[in-house]
Amino acid sequence: MDSIGVLLPIPMSPYLEQELEKRFNLLKLWTAPHKTQFIKDHATSIRAIVGNASAGADAELIDSLPKLEIVASYSVGIDKVDLKYCKEKGVRVTNTPDVLTEDVADIAIGLSLAVMRRLCESDRYVRSGLWKKGDYKLTTKFTGKTVGIIGMGRIGKAVAKRAEAFSCPIAYFSRSGKPDLKYKYYPTVVELASNCDVLVVVCPLTEETRHIINREVMNALGPKGVLINIGRGPHVDEPELVSALLEGRLGGAGLDVYQNEPEVPEELFGLENVVLLPHVGSGTVETRNAMADLVIGNLEAHFLNKPLLTPVV
Amino acid sequence: MEFCLQIPTRQEAKMARLQFRDANEDDVPSEELPHLLLIHPPSSFTRLPSEICEKFRVLKAWESPLSLDQFLISHARSIQALLIRGFLMINTDILQQLPALKLIITISVGVNHIDMAECRRRGISVTNAGSVYSEDVADIAVGLYIDVLRKLSAADRYVRQGLWSSKGNYPFGSKLGGKRVGIVGLGSIGLEVAKRLEAFGCIISYNSRREKPTSSYPFYSIISELAANSDALIICCALTEQTHHMINKEVFASLGRDGVIVNVGRGAIIDEKELVKCLVSGKIRGAGFDVFENEPQVPEELFTLDNVVLSPHTAIFTPESLQSVKEVLIANVEAFFLNKPLVTPVMDE
Repeated sequence: MDSIGVLLPIPMSPYLEQELEKRFNLLKLWTAPHKTQFIKDHATSIRAIVGNASAGADAELIDSLPKLEIVASYSVGIDKVDLKYCKEKGVRVTNTPDVLTEDVADIAIGLSLAVMRRLCESDRYVRSGLWKKGDYKLTTKFTGKTVGIIGMGRIGKAVAKRAEAFSCPIAYFSRSGKPDLKYKYYPTVVELASNCDVLVVVCPLTEETRHIINREVMNALGPKGVLINIGRGPHVDEPELVSALLEGRLGGAGLDVYQNEPEVPEELFGLENVVLLPHVGSGTVETRNAMADLVIGNLEAHFLNKPLLTPVV
Repeated sequence: MEFCLQIPTRQEAKMARLQFRDANEDDVPSEELPHLLLIHPPSSFTRLPSEICEKFRVLKAWESPLSLDQFLISHARSIQALLIRGFLMINTDILQQLPALKLIITISVGVNHIDMAECRRRGISVTNAGSVYSEDVADIAVGLYIDVLRKLSAADRYVRQGLWSSKGNYPFGSKLGGKRVGIVGLGSIGLEVAKRLEAFGCIISYNSRREKPTSSYPFYSIISELAANSDALIICCALTEQTHHMINKEVFASLGRDGVIVNVGRGAIIDEKELVKCLVSGKIRGAGFDVFENEPQVPEELFTLDNVVLSPHTAIFTPESLQSVKEVLIANVEAFFLNKPLVTPVMDE
């Protein structure tokens, strides 16, 4: 298989690269001085792309790779892949569901605790020597607060299970109500936001869910409400988020994703009611290795004409 | 023994006493109300509940121009109840000056600042916060543990310093699911921690003074054995003579290089100097602290480490916990003076 060209657009993980190199002709796009030329030079040998949350496959890239057969994403979200076009062109697409569910859900709760109990801020307080001058102030209890979840897929359910252990009542919004779930369903996001203390965004990014968190939702969540985004940056109207936080219309935010990573609005850097993570949702050694194994497994299955492990298209 | 008392001028003290007397003018003459002694003022976050001020003559030692010793002598025969926060060691020196004392109410849950044996000898009941703080403390324990494993505070610093753009992605953390967590002290707080961490897929076992027949978690009677079979230790127990520096060099070695320690008990349960050495030299993966041996002093070697999370003893400081402890305090005081069973008595071992 080592003549099969696999395009890797950006660095993802040393383990993934090492495993890809063992099996395929790995073409590292970011090392090329002229990316367009590089693609042209290797167009006839590239049969697979490995994408992730930042780098996928749009129509232009797909058109420039006439031998492309499969896009294997090192992520569960595949909003950066033009799925419709892939289907049209007969290009398979795989992602990495399940293996990262727990880690991402853990981050949602971690962010909720960090924002409401001011963990990062009070750590700063100690390191700056301020504790010697006086006690830190009161913070907000997390146990028992209502957690609203947008998107009750694998990750949403895992978030709910964890929040329940903190005696948090659970409410949710999703494309349709799920009658087998015992949680309270709200038919609109604004209603959900009005009736919860912590709002967690954990649905896929599609045309419908872009800016699902807008000014109206943030106002409904309110000056004591906390927004947790572990979905995709474009789920949230980011400039509106910044002004809601600066003006106190929104109580706080825990963010793992942003509109234009790795850029993070600098107005947020001075706020004590936000926690800013650099897209680490699935970022553990254990999970990233499992994701890499799944990418490799899907590619091998495809090139051996076996059923794909986790196909999307 | 040193006391941190603000000694007002004679004029200020006289004004304070006059004001206090004026406030009580319309009520039952203060001499007839039972006496409640406070040595230190309530914390800056709270006030003495009005129910207490209505039912008792509150003696505020810090407002008196007298030294504490003199104050105690002058009120010795009348003080039946003492309300404390945890700053002063309540031992024989104080107790022998309060021969009428029958009840000590501490706002804390820990009673390491009270000579319990001496209280027992003198027939003095002690009440604490009971389990009102347990949820908030458990939340902080879990928050600190997630923070250490997933590097939340360190990654937040990284973003705010602009390093995500300039240096690239943050290094990977470690997954919570599947981690073996050893709870040290399976009391009210320990049980709340266990319940939460189970939902994250952690595997719970514990060490406690005695095995708990109602618990199905595996029990280790020896702390270093718990450590040897754990990926993390979460300290939720009381500080006593037995638990002082119980988490020591031997325990760190048993826990190993990948081990994490979280302390929401009392600083002195851990040999802090030794733990700092282990953290600096990489003999332990990381630690989360809400308590330290000599608060608010924190070993400065920790300030440059990314594998520690430092919290300034904030676990109980939410409006809900403070409201709940006020209710418990009022309930205990009322029960005492009505000769009813105390609500949160601290039981003997």
